[in-house]
Amino acid sequence: MSFWSQALEIARVDLNVERRIGETMRVVLPFAVVSLIVFPLALGLQVTVIGQIGPAVFWALGVLFGMQVALRQSAADSPERRDLQALVGVDPAARFVGRTISGGVLTFAFLIALFVAMLLLYGPSLPPGSVPALLLSSLLLAVGLTELGTLAGEVTTGLRSRTALASLIVAPLALPLVIGASQTLEALIRDESILPWVLLMMASGLALAVAGVALARPLEEAAR
Amino acid sequence: MDPVANLEGVGVSLGGRPVLRGVSLTVEPGEVLGISGANGSGKTTLVRTLATLQRPHEGNGSILGVDFDTSDLVSVRKQIGLIGHTPALVPELSLRENLTHIAKLAGIDVARVDPALEVVGLDEAGDRQAEAASFGMKRRIEVAHLLLRKPRFLLLDEAVSGLDVSASELIGALIETNIERGGATVMVSHDSDHLRAVCQRTMYLTTGRLEVAT
Repeated sequence: MSFWSQALEIARVDLNVERRIGETMRVVLPFAVVSLIVFPLALGLQVTVIGQIGPAVFWALGVLFGMQVALRQSAADSPERRDLQALVGVDPAARFVGRTISGGVLTFAFLIALFVAMLLLYGPSLPPGSVPALLLSSLLLAVGLTELGTLAGEVTTGLRSRTALASLIVAPLALPLVIGASQTLEALIRDESILPWVLLMMASGLALAVAGVALARPLEEAAR
Repeated sequence: MDPVANLEGVGVSLGGRPVLRGVSLTVEPGEVLGISGANGSGKTTLVRTLATLQRPHEGNGSILGVDFDTSDLVSVRKQIGLIGHTPALVPELSLRENLTHIAKLAGIDVARVDPALEVVGLDEAGDRQAEAASFGMKRRIEVAHLLLRKPRFLLLDEAVSGLDVSASELIGALIETNIERGGATVMVSHDSDHLRAVCQRTMYLTTGRLEVAT
């Protein structure tokens, strides 16, 4: 089976499993929305302030809960499944790509839903025509976060404290993505070009993709 | 004919603790070798080493003619079939979906999935979710995927423990088919009586050292 067929099959099954257990949309998303509600309550319902901080809160919560989506339990293979995948000839790099596709789709859907919730709860005034740019930066953030999460998941495979350790790896490395995503919106508000920030996110995503594909097999074999 | 597996003085440590020490063995084509031993004697580690899933830290050897220290074990692994302690299924998928998934990953025609389910007696229970299936049903799925893959080197780690007669017979048939194809089988169990009944030769593993069974 070709590299891409294996990657797409892994992504298909991941999404199928997610559809059945609903970890992202039925567990992570409600928690993130509750967190969105907590901020205005803490600020004493000052409408002007709430409208201004809405996008910043969205990016902060998007990254924090997006990490949880990227590191979701359904994307963690048991040792037996990893052994079986090795024996049927699954390329570890194809698994990385497959996980990035499925995680990217889920994280993007999560960010969109969270963004809509933020619009409804905070009512921020966004510059006209900003939706396509925000969609693009959300997509790049989703892909980058998933690549980071998948890579961190591979590094910490088999460790008892996997989720905590992987989060510690992801959080600092996600900084270029967070800066790129939040500054895209700021640039739109200031009526400046968003290109540098989009390029920063694209470069981060590309570097993570190359690292993930190149390190997948060595990491797999090092764990044996 | 070259041996299917050849280990010479192999040692394996896990977490700094030696689990296998100086293990040497040869498995010839068409052979069924039984390995017994007490709990914690290193049987599963030996099986994983033979499956190339665990790298030895000392000694050398080859599986299906390829040395352990080669960087490319992918082609060898495709010829190895393993039934381990815990069935490797996706709990949220049905038994049929699990088998289809493995078939797709292995590049096997999915049209062969339903006939394989029929052979292992799961044609009617195929839509049952894996986490709701019995242990025996999960084992049957593993047998079905080995029927689809037709590996040359079969590794069975306590594969018949907890199975009913008909499921055990399926594993027996799997071994016979493998012998007919010139493949080799290593069967590991703590039940030495069962191994003596099934295998041509048996060995005993005690605290990581392999001895010829008496």
